[in-house]
Order: sequence, then structure tokens, then C-alpha cells
Amino acid sequence: MLMNLFAEIDVSKLFGLALRTSIGVQAATFALAAVGLNLHYGYTGLLNFGVVAFMAAGAYGMAIFFTQGWLGGSILLAIASGLAFAVIIALSIGLPSLRLRADYLALTTIAIAEVLRISFRSQRLLDLTGGPFGLPSIEDRNANVSFADVITVDWNPIGKGNYGAWFLEFDEKTLWVMIIGWSLVSLASLLIWGLMRSPWGRVIKAIREDEDAARALGKNVFSYKLQSLIIGGVIASLAGIVRAFDMGFVETQQFRPQTTFFIWTVLILGGAASIWGPIIGSMTFWFVIIFSEELLRQMVDSGWIPEAILQSNDIASVRMILMGIMLATLMIWRPQGLVGKKEEAQIDVR
Amino acid sequence: MSDNKSSELENVEPTPGSAKLDPILKIDNVVRSFGGLRAVDIDHLEVQRGIITAFIGPNGAGKTTLFNLITGFDKPDSGQWTFHQLAQAESWTTDLSGLRPHQIANKGMVRTFQLTKSLAKMTVIDNMLLGAAEQKGESLRNALLPSRWRQQEKTILEKAEGLLERFKLSHMRDEYAATLSGGQRKLLEMARALMSEPKLILLDEPMAGVNPVLVESLLVHIENLRDEGVSVLFIEHDMDAIMGISDWIVVLAEGQVIAEGTPSDVSKNPAVIDAYLGSAIAEELKDV
Repeated sequence: MLMNLFAEIDVSKLFGLALRTSIGVQAATFALAAVGLNLHYGYTGLLNFGVVAFMAAGAYGMAIFFTQGWLGGSILLAIASGLAFAVIIALSIGLPSLRLRADYLALTTIAIAEVLRISFRSQRLLDLTGGPFGLPSIEDRNANVSFADVITVDWNPIGKGNYGAWFLEFDEKTLWVMIIGWSLVSLASLLIWGLMRSPWGRVIKAIREDEDAARALGKNVFSYKLQSLIIGGVIASLAGIVRAFDMGFVETQQFRPQTTFFIWTVLILGGAASIWGPIIGSMTFWFVIIFSEELLRQMVDSGWIPEAILQSNDIASVRMILMGIMLATLMIWRPQGLVGKKEEAQIDVR
Repeated sequence: MSDNKSSELENVEPTPGSAKLDPILKIDNVVRSFGGLRAVDIDHLEVQRGIITAFIGPNGAGKTTLFNLITGFDKPDSGQWTFHQLAQAESWTTDLSGLRPHQIANKGMVRTFQLTKSLAKMTVIDNMLLGAAEQKGESLRNALLPSRWRQQEKTILEKAEGLLERFKLSHMRDEYAATLSGGQRKLLEMARALMSEPKLILLDEPMAGVNPVLVESLLVHIENLRDEGVSVLFIEHDMDAIMGISDWIVVLAEGQVIAEGTPSDVSKNPAVIDAYLGSAIAEELKDV
């Protein structure tokens, strides 16, 4: 039986597909969002369960501005308005809830994320957001016109064609968005690294541990938390924008709460409060997801797993179960994540 | 006690709410109720500059609540209090009521906590550096430009190392604060509070849970602070410690000031002995 399995499995395809996804645009956007969440949770201790709100704000802010043709419909201004929208979201979450206990912030973030998603989807905002159809409009989509064109076609310095080999072969558009995505991940990580080694970062870490201690030493905790929320939120909104450029459209389906929890998984997996955590976490996350999915698929297709146990359309759910088991195991054996600081995770503060 | 300070106290009436010659803190009509209980109800209280003042009183007397109120960590139902940075200078008088904790700390009135708040996941030296006031690099504008704060950081680092030396924590410099003993954490918290060069330091039970050897050195540190011109206000239960180092004692019971005076005044005050200390402790006090 075992011999049979090895004969049936296409190992090259298994690793190829998993590797492809782990360096792809999706991994880059998840890493970018996780860098933002890392500042919130990893360094400042803010429980943000609405990461996806910032991604949605960025993507929709950009897409609405562009498709409405405001101020001449410049894509750079559109991106800027996406980022500005993220700042507004950060303020609307932070101003009412940051003075309160940590759990109130968590509730507010979940609420705002859902309010945003459901509002974007509503019929009332159809002209602005495209409601359930998203942006660009159906006509534009049929005509293959998107807000992403300027970035992915007009400004694409890479000539038409396919690059790379084996399963790591990408067309010029995907490759360009990958480069943009991973460059932004690097820049954002560099920014966080620079901030966290400064005295500003020292105050942020103190707040994570004990707000009252920071207050007693004369630090304006509320202001620091708001700054952290805004910076991390803007980084997460960039993730939403990159994803919108990759897909060529925005839809509320992309911004369901589960995305928030995937990004939390990425951060915890890689290691919170470390610079490399979000990057390693995202690449590992996607590798494991695709690897297990492909493995299961090949095993089902080859009949090694009988249909009575698992059918191919259930694989997507089973891989999430595997992911969950892996995360739970990691928490037991390596609570600091793959690259987190062991000492910090082991110190029990209270 | 330095001579000029003791002479300043000689002329002060040992009665609740008495006026001091050179007060650093004045508290007026501060009331804080929890439900039907008046936890703090102070008509008038002045704290003399440049001396060690102790708040004593039985459990539930409102000592810590009063600390929380005047440092902005809790809000009173009513009342106000003023901070006098410089002697006899009206322009250096600040109304602290309504200010937030960090604003009060930045005025030069820094507190420590009964349950120490040493930041366990930060190193001892980082704890110290955090205590510094007006570090330019703490503002987001300058954070990414080390050239704007590196020089200042160096100065702060020297100061921190000096204080660690003085508090005998130098050997723990790069360890996580979590590895310190309870007593060492108290020392660290005190040293950290001194980084901002406060005018008035409020210590909430600095000796609680500290072993006797360290208590001795803590007492010396507190006396040194006073001799350097820092006014000290502290809450304590350890009677030997209080009688030994306090220049002035304020006795609280049920939220009110029932007596104040020098250690000998207070230990002789029948109201204090009856209402609070009890006969057993009164015996002890006779020996002091």
C-alpha cells in the first residue's frame, strides 16, 4: 500500500505548487498585513481583530477614488486616498476605545470590520462601491478594464512573456505585482525595525507590558497607542491595495472576518514581536496550506484515500483543520513562533 | 535631617491640616467615595518640601487611594490640589487637579506602585532609559532619525548607569527585569523614577516584601534622596522604618487626616494610639 502511494504522488508538483504560492502575491499581501498587525499586537499589545477592515479601507478607498474619476482619477492619488481612509478607520476605532481596557478595542475592531464590509455591500452604496458586485463595474470587467491597469500594464517595466521555470514560472503581470508586494513588505519591515530600535519603540514595548508603568513615567499612552494603530493600519491597508491590483477588482467577499484570523495565524506562526516573524509566518502558512491541499488531492485522486473518507471538494476544509492542528502543536512546543524571541515568550508577566 | 529643615518643622503645629513654611504640595477638599464609603475625605493637607513625609494608617485608611488621586490614576468626586515646583514662587504653582497621569509625572511628581511595575520583558537598562523625561527620540517625528536622539541617548545612558551603580543593580544591567528578586524590583522602580529627576517622589510601600538586608539599603537610598533635595512622600506599614527615617508623619484613618507631626509628636498623640496604633504598638514606640 505504502509503495503504491509513493508511486502515485507527484513530488515535484507537490513542492512546486507549495513553493510557488509561498513566494506569490498572496503570501506577500498576508505578510504585509501581518507586519501591520505585528506593530499592533506584537509590539504595542493592541488586540486588533479587525485587520481586514484596514485592508478593505485601503482597497475600497483606492478603487472608489479611481473609478469615480475624482481629481482626474490619478492612480497615485487613488492609492493615497486608500491610505487616508485607513487612517480614518484607525481614528474611528482608536479615539473611542483606546482609553478603555484592551478587550473593548478588540470588540470595536471586529465591529468596524463588519460594519465596513456590510456597508460596502449594501444596495444604498451601489453607485459608489458596486454593492455585491464590487469594483470595477460589470461592464468594465467584461471589457477587461480595471483600476489595476495603470499599475500592472502601463507602468509595468517587465516585457510581455513568462519568466522563471518549473512551477515557478510567472507572467510579467504577476511577477511585477510580486515585486511590488515583496518590496513593500521589505520597506514596511525596515520601517518597523527602525521604529522599534528608537526610544519611541521603547515606550511602545513598555505600553505592551504595563500601561500604568508607562503613564507613571510621564508617557502619553493614549497618543502612542493611537500612533501605533494608525501606522500598523496604513501598512495593512497597503496589503489590501496590493491584493486589489493583483486580482484586478475588489469585492466584499475578499474581506470576510476569516482573513483577519488567517493573518493572526501568520503572525503567531512566524512569531509576534519579531521583524522576520510576519514574513516567515506568511511563507510557511501558504506553503503548508498548498502542500497539504495538493497532497490530499493527489491521495484522493489516486484512490489511496477512499471516497468514503474524503472527497475532493472537502479538501479545502480539511487543510484548515490540519493548519489548526499544526498551530496548536506549535503553541505547545514553540509558543514564541518560528522566529520569535524565546525568552520574551517564556516570561509570565502576571 | 539637615538642620535648616528641622528648624522649619519646629514652628509647625502638629495638628491635622497645619500650614507648612514651604509646601510642595497642597491638597484641598479632596473627596473620593466608593458607593456609600468615603474612602478619601481630606479637608486640607500640606506636604513640606525637602523632607521625608510618611503616610501611615490602618488598612483601608485611604492611603493608596489618595496616592492614586493626586497622581491622576483615579478621579476624585471633588477637590483640588496644587504642586509648587519652586519655593515661594507663585508662577511655579501648578493646579494638578484634572490632569492625566503622564502630565502630572512630567510636572515633576513621580510615583511608584505597591505591586511593583518593573517591566519584566524589558532589560534592566531599558527600564531605566524609559524613565528619562523629554527624550526627543520618543516622538514619532524623530524616531527614525537617530542623529536627532543618539547624543541625548548617550547622556541618558550614563545617567542610568550611574543610578544602577548607586542602587547596586549594575551587574543586572542587561538581564530581563523578570530575573530580579522582589526587593531588586523595588530598587529598580525607585531608580527608574529618579531618571526624570522628580521634585517629589511618591513611594507606595517601598519596603513591602523586601528582605531585611535590602530594607536597610532602601532606607539609606530614601534618606540620600532627601539630602539631594528631592521631597519624598511614602506609604509604609513597617513602624521601625517609619519612625527611623520620617521627618514628618501624616496619620490617616477612614479617609481623613486624624493627626500629623514629627515621629515623636505622633507616637505621643493619644488619638493616634487609641484610634489606630493600639496598645501593643504603643509599647514598641516608647523604645524608639
